[in-house]
Amino acid sequence: MAEILVFSEKDDLAFELVSKGRELGAALNVGVAAALLGEGAGARSDEYFAYGADRVYVAHHPALAHFHAEAFAEALYQIAQKNDAQVLLLASTKRGKELSPRVAQKLGAGCVTDATAVEVQDGNLLVSRYALGGNTVASEFIKTPHKVIAVMPKTFELGAKEARQGEVVTVDLDLKEPRTRIVERREKAGEAVNLEEAEVLVCIGRGLEKKQDLGIIEELARALGAEIGCTKTLCSDYQWLSEDRLVGLSGKKTSPGLVISVGISGQIQYTVGIRGARIAVAINKDGQAPIFALSDYGIVGDLYQVVPKLVEALRAA
Amino acid sequence: MNIVVCLKQIPDLQQIRIKDRRPLLEGAPLIFGDMDKSALEEAVRIKEKAKGTKVTALAMGGAKLKDGIKEALAIGADEAVLLMDPPFAGSDTMGTARALAKAIEKLGEHDLILCGEGSTDNYSGQVGPRLAELLDLPQITYVRELEIEGNKLKAVRNMEESFEVVETELPALVTVADEINQPRLASLRDILKAARKPVQEWTAADLGLSEDEVGAKGSAIETVSNLAPEQERKQVVFKGDLDEVTENLINALTKEGVLGR
Repeated sequence: MAEILVFSEKDDLAFELVSKGRELGAALNVGVAAALLGEGAGARSDEYFAYGADRVYVAHHPALAHFHAEAFAEALYQIAQKNDAQVLLLASTKRGKELSPRVAQKLGAGCVTDATAVEVQDGNLLVSRYALGGNTVASEFIKTPHKVIAVMPKTFELGAKEARQGEVVTVDLDLKEPRTRIVERREKAGEAVNLEEAEVLVCIGRGLEKKQDLGIIEELARALGAEIGCTKTLCSDYQWLSEDRLVGLSGKKTSPGLVISVGISGQIQYTVGIRGARIAVAINKDGQAPIFALSDYGIVGDLYQVVPKLVEALRAA
Repeated sequence: MNIVVCLKQIPDLQQIRIKDRRPLLEGAPLIFGDMDKSALEEAVRIKEKAKGTKVTALAMGGAKLKDGIKEALAIGADEAVLLMDPPFAGSDTMGTARALAKAIEKLGEHDLILCGEGSTDNYSGQVGPRLAELLDLPQITYVRELEIEGNKLKAVRNMEESFEVVETELPALVTVADEINQPRLASLRDILKAARKPVQEWTAADLGLSEDEVGAKGSAIETVSNLAPEQERKQVVFKGDLDEVTENLINALTKEGVLGR
């Protein structure tokens, strides 16, 4: 029987896919299974069942001890073939994104990475993703019998856990030792800025006249409990802030509850990065700036007057 | 050592305009993506260190490629192979990888295939891993530092939570992140010199590929629409007295429930 096969090296992301897989499976009239690969795999089988998996394939193999795309792609390929899985749902983490095309190539399958939506239309899956550097959203059908879809983390809501039973299938795989070896893992220095997960974001652009003035932006961020982001000019050209604070086309695509864009005119290279915000606010002295058309609320005024006043009012509130 | 660098021409994203939600690509010049340029730069740096290295620039595209490839040759590729043929038009990542793999096999001995980790336009990151699978090579993606000694390759990968140091033996396929280097600009002298470097043009038939295996016909993907997303914002603008406008904003945000953690 055809089924949807879910895999992510991160169980929590796999649960999102299982929840969605169950919904898609119901519409396509197929079951949902998950592949659990490598060291310690299978320990959380019950949670996979609780989120909606009908069965899990558990594979232990020396070649799967660490994540190597080559070995993991072959493992997924063998599981998909043996069990007639037509649709593979993976998480588009960096590992998932390098794994998906490789397993797709083995299956002779079309693949969409960084998917932002998946829905059933005319018995097929319609998949959306950003294209042309975020200028557009492409909606695509995969025409091959097998379909591989790597979905951006947090695209699907985690479903409710239910008391459900499932089948644990231990699988024997024929795998070669991977040709790559991991010799070291270096922790990333410093406190990582995670703009993608920020609930409130204050972004600053060219309207700021000099680096020393960042202080007033930091004050605003502090008053709001916000992370600070910026446009490309500020981090790449002026180097006032580090590149991990870059919001937009060549930086982060964020989805905060609130974003305040300060001194930013609103070119597409930036606005792509705040499209996912629930509420967008702009502060700019030019009332004609395009950012106001892309905002829910705006204040036309000099940021050097508006921002300190806003900080004062927020503190008093 | 033989290095093949895969390059893709894309519209300059800074120059794309949107009209009625549709992207207008006509006026936008074609350029190589940032990460593709980094892959080429890295190949040239390896060549400068290891004597006897040959760098081949390989690209699939339309007629403008003939002009565009001069940049790659000026930067330091020794020769170029262009896959230019009407049947290639509209290839998706599967068809592209298939054509590139055939071309690399036709080129003969190869030790290192370098690609960008993704194209700057669609950034699907698929061609590298698909190519590695077709050529039966190990793949090392998201590389920010690369060292080659003899047939040993050592790479530092930029992963979400850490930098991962990986080793393998050549031949291998590597995809690079744009932070791996700062690509050089070609001088006028280099550009003039590049005119003498060999450029071959291969068709689908030259690669033994039928018209159903590449191009729009061989594509596994059917694009239903490709439009700028609709954005509905409230567009409420406050002007005037400073105390008043800040108060108005705070009231609005409080009502939206986005203030106060």
